[in-house]
Amino acid sequence: MRAIGIILAGGNNERLGELTEMRATSALPVGSCYRALDFPLSNMSNSGLDKVAVITQYNSRSLHDHLSSAKWWDLGRKQGGLFIFSPYLSSKSSFWFRGTADSIYQNITYLKRSNETYVIIASGNAVYKMDYNDLVNYHIRKDADVSIVYRHANDGDDLRQYGVMEFDAFDRLTDLEEKPLEPQSDFISMGIYVIQRTMLIKLLEAIQAEERYDLVKDVFIRYRKKLRIYGYRFDGYWNSLNSIKSYYDCNMDFLRKDIRDLFTKTTPYIATKPKDEPPGKYNSGAMAKGALIGSGSIINGYVGNSVLFRKVFTGDNSSIRNSIVMEGSYIGNNCVVEHAILDKEVILSDGKQVIGTPEHPVIIAKSTVL
Amino acid sequence: MKKKEMIAMLLAGGQGSRLGVLTNSKAKPAVSFGGKYRFIDFPMSNCINSGVDTVGVLTQYQPLLLNRHIGIGIPWDLDRSSGGVTILAPHMKGEHGEWYSGTANAIYQNIEFIEEYDPDYILILAGDHIYKMDYSKMLDFHKQKNCDATIAVREVPLEEADRFGIMNCNPDDSIYEFDEKPKNPKSNLASMGLYIFTWKKLREALVADYRDHDNSDFGKHIIPRMLGENQVVFAYRFNDYWKDVGTIESYWMANMELIKTLPDFNLYDDFWKIYTDSEHQSPQYTGPEADVRASLLADGCEIYGAVYNSVLGADTFVGEGTVIRDSIIMEGGHIGKNSRIERAIIDEQCAIGDNVVIGEGDNIPNNLKPKIYDTGITVVAEHAVVPDGVTIGKNCVIAGVSSLDEYTDNRLCSGGSIIHEPGANNS
Repeated sequence: MRAIGIILAGGNNERLGELTEMRATSALPVGSCYRALDFPLSNMSNSGLDKVAVITQYNSRSLHDHLSSAKWWDLGRKQGGLFIFSPYLSSKSSFWFRGTADSIYQNITYLKRSNETYVIIASGNAVYKMDYNDLVNYHIRKDADVSIVYRHANDGDDLRQYGVMEFDAFDRLTDLEEKPLEPQSDFISMGIYVIQRTMLIKLLEAIQAEERYDLVKDVFIRYRKKLRIYGYRFDGYWNSLNSIKSYYDCNMDFLRKDIRDLFTKTTPYIATKPKDEPPGKYNSGAMAKGALIGSGSIINGYVGNSVLFRKVFTGDNSSIRNSIVMEGSYIGNNCVVEHAILDKEVILSDGKQVIGTPEHPVIIAKSTVL
Repeated sequence: MKKKEMIAMLLAGGQGSRLGVLTNSKAKPAVSFGGKYRFIDFPMSNCINSGVDTVGVLTQYQPLLLNRHIGIGIPWDLDRSSGGVTILAPHMKGEHGEWYSGTANAIYQNIEFIEEYDPDYILILAGDHIYKMDYSKMLDFHKQKNCDATIAVREVPLEEADRFGIMNCNPDDSIYEFDEKPKNPKSNLASMGLYIFTWKKLREALVADYRDHDNSDFGKHIIPRMLGENQVVFAYRFNDYWKDVGTIESYWMANMELIKTLPDFNLYDDFWKIYTDSEHQSPQYTGPEADVRASLLADGCEIYGAVYNSVLGADTFVGEGTVIRDSIIMEGGHIGKNSRIERAIIDEQCAIGDNVVIGEGDNIPNNLKPKIYDTGITVVAEHAVVPDGVTIGKNCVIAGVSSLDEYTDNRLCSGGSIIHEPGANNS
């Protein structure tokens, strides 16, 4: 392949509250059987990349667990394969990554020891399916220094949470503002970039010397006139899991046939670490209507318009509506769960009620016992 | 090669002809079970869960699917740099090739493979039983009793003992006699076809027996030979769940038993998981009008109709208005709208049309194989196609792509068959 991959999986997002208190955003469970990281990682593998680095920082335990073997993404290789970079101590330095550019700079030997022409950098917490070959071809065709994937914002997207981009008539970037107060366009960056490897090395070394550490602010924005930066438009499904609402919506989107078919029924599939759970079991009192249910789950009560992850147990006469229930949660008899997000391994004893509103789903933190 | 204390040899070459069209194009150990598994997953998972990390899988009959399923052993963590899983197919030796002519003959032909690991003990497994067993405990027993051979046995009702290989034991469970399908059984301890041998002793017996029998078999030849030489052979009693799913009826029954609220065989055990190779990881979807009760659904199913008391394999689609009852539908099945399916076994990747009825009529045994299909269950072989609007009776068999003009008045009466050989042109 012409490119190596880097997935920035270190990020956290305070707007996700308790959901990311104990895990990186990239480790968020999505769509009943995935973690967010599975999407960029599968995209890279499916695009034919042989060498991919995942850079972690915040609460990386669950990510490391998920990546304990690279073979599920077909990246268990002798040549290349999957690299996982976390901050480390050395005799000279003992700091965390000071920004996205710094996190790549600290691992610059990964870039220097490769000989592929391009580097694809993607954030680890977005749900989408993309063939990065199209992006690299576009990059070559435009003779660009950097190509940034962008999209037209959806109605209702808060543009102030995104990188907002402006282009000339030839899709060359004229301006880029990170989380602007007054957005000047509806085009938002998807946090996916392609750049020549040697140029990335030079840029990272240059900004490091100036004690600058951020890829967007200190490279793309600062160099926007100097470099030929182009926008590559992507119109497929995309959700960046940047708020509780978008996290909730993204999971509910999997109840739509087109979205489900895109990720689960159309090759190449999105791959994830297998958990070897048995089939889902629907007992005689089960009523699952418009529900997505993970393997190893045992259903006794009503489940409607909800996403249940693997190994969820629901008791007799319980009802779950408009909710997300993560792996290993246990819902006793006669419980009511509505507009709620139950994190992993939550236990609801018999008769408990957890009821939120469509605007503000209740979040029950991981391993809570009610 | 690194020495291994015990390696397993898994006999997976059998056809299993009593399973009818289910084994037309795959070996019996490759038949699907319980929604997402294949028979061979049970002994393979038992091996890794028991700490046996070197497994030779002996294939012969229709090995394609089996080979693909096992691959390099990734699902069972048997992709190892030392040991792991190895597929052992019959091969040419010198001027001519030799098939595996008996269970022991198959092991005899792979002595070289076994010797590479210099094992002290060898575990012989069959590929067609449903059970969970810790082989390391059986090995402990074998060592403790200083056995040359240990045979796993289970108690069967005395009146059925004439169907099994029966072990006649002394009070300490040492075996003094082996009776193959005895008319007047002296004991009710039936062999499970699962043995541990001290390799040196088995090697001697295999080499000696090869001179006497060209179809050397463990039950018929090796065990009687070792008993005749007064070697130490013990019965190892195993009384947990164990199912021989050799017939259409027992296969259907064993699947149905998994549906019970508290099944005898627990697949939901975290510390003795059954592993399998599955292309599908995705969740199951039940539509707004779906009704799924008392059923097992594997990954990726999409249900818009009603499913009662049934086992559905991965990636099965059930259309609106369709009712499926008391049936097994294997991976990749596509069932159209407004159909009604009762007591049917539908093998992998079948397409059943709209407004189809299966399982209606009297219980008349099958016209071609009345002894195999006689319990009311209709069987549809893998990759079969059933056109819209037909009614199919009980004990019917359908294989291949069937077209509407093959159904008289849109009907296939009970006991009828429509069979197209794989690859035949039947347009």
